[in-house]
Amino acid sequence: MKLGRVIGTVTPAVVYAGLEGAPLLLIQGLDKRCRSAGSPFVATDPTRMAGPGELIYYESSREAALAMDPWFVPVDAAVIGIVDDLRLLEDET
Amino acid sequence: MILGRVSGSLHSTIHHPFYANRRLLVVDKLDARGEPTGDYLIAVDAVDAGAGETVLVIDEGNSARQIVDDAMAPLRSIIVGIVDDTTLTE
Repeated sequence: MKLGRVIGTVTPAVVYAGLEGAPLLLIQGLDKRCRSAGSPFVATDPTRMAGPGELIYYESSREAALAMDPWFVPVDAAVIGIVDDLRLLEDET
Repeated sequence: MILGRVSGSLHSTIHHPFYANRRLLVVDKLDARGEPTGDYLIAVDAVDAGAGETVLVIDEGNSARQIVDDAMAPLRSIIVGIVDDTTLTE
C-alpha cells in the first residue's frame, strides 16, 4: 500500500459492467513525505468518503479488486482508507 | 520477502472493514546492506514491530491473506518478522 492524494473526480459516460456505482477518483501517488511521485491515476473509492485534497492510502492489482464491495469488480486501484494522522520517525527525533 | 525499517505509523478511522484495529506502519525498503532504497510501503504489523526496527515484510497478497486467514482481505504488505542481524557473504 502507498499514500495518495485525491486531486479530482472522474465521471464516466459509459463504463464496464459492475463499475457503474463505484465513485472514481483522480489520485496523485505520493512518497512517504507526501511529495508527488509518479503520474496521477484513477482509483475507485469503496469507502465512498474520500474528498478532494484528502490524504488516502490505496492498493492496486488484485487487492484493489478485493477491496470493492461486491468484490472482484474489475479495478486495478482502490482507496483503502483515509489518513487521519501520519507520523514519521524522522520528524520526531 | 523484503527487508525494511519501520519509519513511521499511520492512523485512520475511515477505511475498509478489514483494517479495523490493525496497526499500519510506514516501512522504508532496505537493500541487502540495510541501506534505504528510497522506496517505502505501508504494511500491517503482525509482530508488534517498534519504530526504527529492521523488519521482514511479505509484500505479496496471497501469502498475506494466508497469514491473516482471510481470503477476502485487500491486503498485500504485512510485517512478519523483526530482524536481529543480517550478514553478507560478499
